[in-house]
Amino acid sequence: MSEFEIKTVTGETITPQALKEEMLKIYPAKTKRKREKQILSNDPELPPEIGANTRTIPGIITQRGCTYAGCKGVVLGPIHDIVHITHGPIGCAFYSWLSRRNLAKPVNKGDTNYLQYCMSTDMQEEEIVFGGEKKLAQACREAYALFKPRAIAIYSTCPVGLIGDDVHAVARKMSEELGINVCGFSCEGYKGVSQSAGHHIANNGVFKHMVGKLDMTHDNPFSINVLGEYNIGGDAWEIDTLLRKCGIHVVSTLSGDVNYDQVCSSHTANLNVVMCHRSINYMAQMMETKFGIPWFKVNFIGAAATAKSLRKIGQFFGDKGLIDRIEEVIAAEMAALAPIQKDVTSRTKGKKVALFVGGSRAHHYQDLFSDIGMETISAGYEFAHRDDYEGRAVLPTIKIDADSRNIEEIHVEADPQRYNPRKSPEQIAALEAGGFTFRDYDGMMKQMKKNSLVIDDISHHEMEKLIAICKPDVICSGIKDKFVIEKLGVPCKQLHSYDYGGPYAAFTGAANFYKEIDRLTSTKVWKFVVPPWKQNPELQATMAFGKAAAAEDLTPKRSMKAKNVEPAEEA
Amino acid sequence: MLDGTKAELTERTALRINPAKTCQPIGAMYAALGIHGCMPHSHGSQGCCAYHRSHLTRHYKEPVMATTSSFTEGSAVFGGLANLTTALQNIFSIYNPDVVAIHTTCLSEVIGDDIPTIIKKARDEGKVPEGKVVIHTNTPSFVGSHVTGFSNMVTSTIKYLAEKTGKTTDRLNVIPGYLDPSDILEIKRLLGILGVSSILLPDTSGVLDTGLDGNYTMFPKGGTTVEDIKSMGDSFATIACGHFASHAAATQLENQCNVPAGFLELPIGLTGTDRFINAVRQYATIDIPEAIEEERARLIDLMSDLHQYLHGKTVAIAGDPDHVIAMTQFLVDLDMKPKYIVTGTPGQFFERRIAEILKDSGSNATVKQFGDLFEMHQWIKNDPVDLIIGNTYNKHIARVENIPLIRFGFPILDRGTHRLFPTVGYTGAKRLIDEMVNALLDKKDRECDEQWFELIQ
Ligand code: SF4
Ligand code: SF4
Repeated sequence: MSEFEIKTVTGETITPQALKEEMLKIYPAKTKRKREKQILSNDPELPPEIGANTRTIPGIITQRGCTYAGCKGVVLGPIHDIVHITHGPIGCAFYSWLSRRNLAKPVNKGDTNYLQYCMSTDMQEEEIVFGGEKKLAQACREAYALFKPRAIAIYSTCPVGLIGDDVHAVARKMSEELGINVCGFSCEGYKGVSQSAGHHIANNGVFKHMVGKLDMTHDNPFSINVLGEYNIGGDAWEIDTLLRKCGIHVVSTLSGDVNYDQVCSSHTANLNVVMCHRSINYMAQMMETKFGIPWFKVNFIGAAATAKSLRKIGQFFGDKGLIDRIEEVIAAEMAALAPIQKDVTSRTKGKKVALFVGGSRAHHYQDLFSDIGMETISAGYEFAHRDDYEGRAVLPTIKIDADSRNIEEIHVEADPQRYNPRKSPEQIAALEAGGFTFRDYDGMMKQMKKNSLVIDDISHHEMEKLIAICKPDVICSGIKDKFVIEKLGVPCKQLHSYDYGGPYAAFTGAANFYKEIDRLTSTKVWKFVVPPWKQNPELQATMAFGKAAAAEDLTPKRSMKAKNVEPAEEA
Repeated sequence: MLDGTKAELTERTALRINPAKTCQPIGAMYAALGIHGCMPHSHGSQGCCAYHRSHLTRHYKEPVMATTSSFTEGSAVFGGLANLTTALQNIFSIYNPDVVAIHTTCLSEVIGDDIPTIIKKARDEGKVPEGKVVIHTNTPSFVGSHVTGFSNMVTSTIKYLAEKTGKTTDRLNVIPGYLDPSDILEIKRLLGILGVSSILLPDTSGVLDTGLDGNYTMFPKGGTTVEDIKSMGDSFATIACGHFASHAAATQLENQCNVPAGFLELPIGLTGTDRFINAVRQYATIDIPEAIEEERARLIDLMSDLHQYLHGKTVAIAGDPDHVIAMTQFLVDLDMKPKYIVTGTPGQFFERRIAEILKDSGSNATVKQFGDLFEMHQWIKNDPVDLIIGNTYNKHIARVENIPLIRFGFPILDRGTHRLFPTVGYTGAKRLIDEMVNALLDKKDRECDEQWFELIQ
């Protein structure tokens, strides 16, 4: 690791400990004790233990959302050919209506894309008092009568759990009555400490109720699922195109532009590659146990990371033709990307970035920034766990607290008929002997510089302090922070919505991202923030045009006339 | 797009599809932001607060600050006392607002947390510093809509703070309704020209429309100060704009401090603005300055110039009840034909009032309170309209039916400048005409046969 130091706005070095102290200073004792464990000076060799996935402190302005958002919003919401009904008062359904950019394109023109619909039982006082199960059942009937969907997913919101509606019972009843798959998700917002609990609940439900429902065979032996890729801004499409060029077939992307059949047949793939470890690692594990599909972590964000991920897939399948094709594709894509990367890097090199978002992007996007010579001074997730920071090696040491215990761990066994280990123990041993890793995620901290600052679930106050002291050149965050950061004169790139841009995945996406960061860091608008009279009050006013220019501009006709008339007079 | 929507109408009693409303707390949060130095606090699990902040931010493109009690399962079972107490301590230590305005969510409502008792306890324990104000309102999302939540917060603010000293001031209270900061500025501008000093509550101008100058303050200059809210009890009158968002607060103030209240609609469009100006004239006993009459005359001039393009055009309007009522009135003023009129907010008053407005207009409209955009789309499929007026959520219908959409109301998530230009007043009316006429002519220019593509219109 090279020497790395965090610099203040005035160019002095500040230790991560000092920066942390500045952030914590204002907190009441109890709050400070808690936050202390979530802000750490990084050591990539031996990542210190971070207090991730713990409760948010009441009264702190947090980035975090709720379990419902993680379940419906993130994991299940993108399945575009099933009906999603939110059981509860209207708000939760309304806010999760097309507010995440998980783009979808139904296979056939005229197929209904249900993501354009917001469906809710819109519970009223009466149902809160007397129970909402009847209304929920009726809502399912009405949805079926109107749309004839393949399946219906039902999501519980906060009050539902409290009044004791049994959404699973209603789902079972409706499955029988309507003859389609109706499944319930108990993803009330108060379960767990963040969206993360919702991911887990969704993984369990999708695995129990959908995966394995549709058997099929694939001509292409190199068939994979891309897990934890949500097609924000079209990322999954970029990845899909790239993989296809290499000769790899994507059976399903969980959950980005995905339909019900693809989810139900995902167990027929030969490999699971995992993008967002946090939101979907449960699924990868369960599919391995039940169906024998191996998994490993990949990252298609950043050119170097994409190449590395492709090579690993090639190595896994071990097919010479595939490996050669992958190398050809990488060479061609890199060649196309290189001039853009070089050009942008000439302006971005040495600039500083801080990233606070999600459960994987704050890590993945560091790769893109390092492609263009930018350095990460601080980063952290919104709702990740220790393993996403310190690596999966710490999994056995993670204490299960009361909040995690609330979430069902489903017991999975090998499928008596369909369990089929895709690699023999010998093959696995041979791969591993060559340094190949399965079920691997080293986490964010091992990749970050020593003495960079890791901040889990960053609060508004800490963000403000970071900007006041270090003023990074770019901060990646979400919509709730964006305009605070920009008021302070720092460009903010949203990594949930991509600021309605993208795609940023794969090589083609990387080019988009380089250009976007170039735009953000070089736009004139930041230079206009301070008015000229404040920049240098002593300075004389400068006119748009000098005297000579004004005369020339304003008097052409007169001077023409003068030319005609004056010589005569003179003569 | 929206391929599942068919023209055939079926009765729905349980399934809401594509709502034209959202839940109470977001309205309460927005109203609280219109109090100077105020931190809105969402008492429930953190998801609600995250959703509300995100959505307000998407509409205003400004920082929206609010805190949450961050309930977990434990608080859901044992109640939110501990969480709210900790929250109050943290909020005052870290962010130091003048006011904390608490609103409930579904969860804390179902649990039945007694907020005043919790506040009192926190005060007794010294968790609320001397001189700081903590107020609350109940915003159960299974009742009403975001407009109800807005109204509840404004009403509670008055209940907590307005005082009568017995010395009537020369100030007029205006409860402007669920409007954008630009609208509030426009109302203040009009009152300035009229020479009437006023207190507006809530006032989000200077809070949710601040500039970019390299600084950030969590509590910007704007917002109604606590001192002003207190003195609302001494003002000579209150004008409340909008039955759903503002009338309850004005009634509260009338009952509490005996301030006479004038109940108006939103000053959107000609008649709405005329009524507002006239009401101010009467309450403040002033003469209308020429400048106002000139502004009005310019609007009338525009209405006359462009009448031919708007006359008889059919319109579907969806949105918040006060906005839709005012807009319907304006469309009638323009001799347009409101054909489908929908609000998601429940309340019989809506249909009654719309019927009154339409009575002599010859417009045969389908009107629905507690309706949704899915059903409105079905009506449009059966019989189309020339224009759709509503928030961003109408854009899919507009695209698939090839009908221009005039973005109006809350939220507008896909355009950047709406929040900066008022829709209220004569100025706002001119802008609305501009948008409607341009949308219709743009469509004609895009689609008409070449021989009808004209240079001059
Ligand atoms: S739980 Fe209730 S208050 Fe929260 S977003 Fe949903 S409807 Fe609104
Ligand atoms: S890290 Fe980002 S993509 Fe992954 S689940 Fe989270 S929000 Fe989604």
